[in-house]
Amino acid sequence: MCGIAGIIYKDGEHNIGQDMTRMLQSMKHRGPDSTGYALYATPTEHVVMRYTVANTTTPRDYEFQSRLKRNRAEVERRLARLDATIISNEQETDYAFRVTLDYAGDLKQIADQIEDVPDCEVLSLGHSLEIIKDLGDAETVCEQYHLDTFSGTHAIGHVRMATESDVDISGAHPYWAYPFSDIAVVHNGQLTNYFQWRRRLERSGHRFNSECDSEIIAVFLAEKMSEGLSLEEAMRLSLNELDGVFTYLCVTADALGMAKDEMAAKPLVLFESENMIVMASEEMAIRAIIDHEIDTYDPYEGEVMVWTR
Amino acid sequence: MDAITGENQIVYDARGLVEPDCAVPKVSKIDGEKATFDALDLTTRQINLELRWLINEEGITDVTVQNPGAKHSLGVGLLTRCKITFEGSLGYFACGIIDGPEVHIKGRVGWSACENMMSGTVVVEGNAGSLTGAAMRGGDLIVKGRLGARSGIDQKGGLILTMGSVGANTGFMMQRGRQVIVGDAGHGLGDSMYDGIIYVGGTVRSLGIDCVPGEWTDADTEFIDRKFRIYDLGTPPTFQKFVCGKKLYNYDNLEASERKLVL
Repeated sequence: MCGIAGIIYKDGEHNIGQDMTRMLQSMKHRGPDSTGYALYATPTEHVVMRYTVANTTTPRDYEFQSRLKRNRAEVERRLARLDATIISNEQETDYAFRVTLDYAGDLKQIADQIEDVPDCEVLSLGHSLEIIKDLGDAETVCEQYHLDTFSGTHAIGHVRMATESDVDISGAHPYWAYPFSDIAVVHNGQLTNYFQWRRRLERSGHRFNSECDSEIIAVFLAEKMSEGLSLEEAMRLSLNELDGVFTYLCVTADALGMAKDEMAAKPLVLFESENMIVMASEEMAIRAIIDHEIDTYDPYEGEVMVWTR
Repeated sequence: MDAITGENQIVYDARGLVEPDCAVPKVSKIDGEKATFDALDLTTRQINLELRWLINEEGITDVTVQNPGAKHSLGVGLLTRCKITFEGSLGYFACGIIDGPEVHIKGRVGWSACENMMSGTVVVEGNAGSLTGAAMRGGDLIVKGRLGARSGIDQKGGLILTMGSVGANTGFMMQRGRQVIVGDAGHGLGDSMYDGIIYVGGTVRSLGIDCVPGEWTDADTEFIDRKFRIYDLGTPPTFQKFVCGKKLYNYDNLEASERKLVL
């Protein structure tokens, strides 16, 4: 089933970590397996990278702790080799880290180098995007990663009920559009031409970290934008190119968009006000952050909408 | 109901919702045959238990529910004539399998409202999500806003009237009853319908398989005028009428192999 949510403020930063947690927690029944956030703060000159050095399915054997240390050290060595200066490297859990870098080079190089370390995965990389995802419900993930104080301008989130792929961090949403910085996607639905698109994109040099069909959308959109299309144009193209039933949300450094397939098989409820646009699979998620009656509506089939900050 | 506790020690009931308390809250203010209660801090189950207690045991005929908070499955399974007002929006599956109540929703409803509705009236002041009135058998469902996709799928009777537009595949596999759409209709209108009538005031993006324009009669005018008058909806616009072309309507025909057996 899965639940998706998005929020964009037009009037600067708000406590979006807390907002998104409330929205996702209220949709826990749509997906108890994992919860994920893509949070956007005001862009900085530094690069922020979220990465893991083990997955939840990695065996917790006697060597586990030493492997974590070894992997972390190897990540730091490789960053140094790329002339990326580590400003801070915060440990969020045993296996998840948030590193701030001073780096002017190609972000793809960093992603490729880090993900070459066994069991390591770059969750997000960019100047304003931070992706946080883990098993459990929103309150669990929020507490683990201290998200209740995260201040930002826009965000998307996802609660997952695993259907096509494993219950682990790789299968959790949102997906970062490797190797394009600051683009992320959450998705509710199924893509039936997943393997076709995966092979096409792999032939173009992209790599995928999961077996989850949703990862395709992020990379598809980012590739089309790198060819010169706007976010809205890329999303409209996706309605023709991606086959299946879906509603997805895509975020960039300054915009948030939604797209719904021609069958309108997956829900989305929208609320717009002067200072914010909020959307979710269920209205009760929106009402988790707005304590009064509101006027909401469902976008129709084949609709694409994009809002910028 | 047995609770299922997983690795994360989160307690779920069969629907995945955390609702351990299933006692009737008995929080209503009762005044003669009228009652009012605040649903803000009540769970779905508590709200429905309170409604049933008031209507079935206390003999209340007019209930007002404040702050429903877009919660799911409210007002379901009510099988007596009574009046219920929800002072706000409801979530998914609102007023399903009802038989008799007169419901007024002062907000919007989520997906699958009034599924399998048998009789009564439901008036929604705002918009409604997809699958509204699915498998509806009877009664009047009036939506003053717009409707999502597949409204009246498998509709077997009754009326769905919307003052706004509707999404794709409205009236999909409709078997009987009527739909009145004042606004526009999405693609695949009346796809694979067996019977029934769909009236559209605006434009139709595309007709579904075996949905064809129908011949307007005085009975159509009388029906539309009467419903607009009853629900105080103003002057009806000019409508187009759509019915089943009956090209796919093979239920009276035997398959070739069956015909051999009979003959």
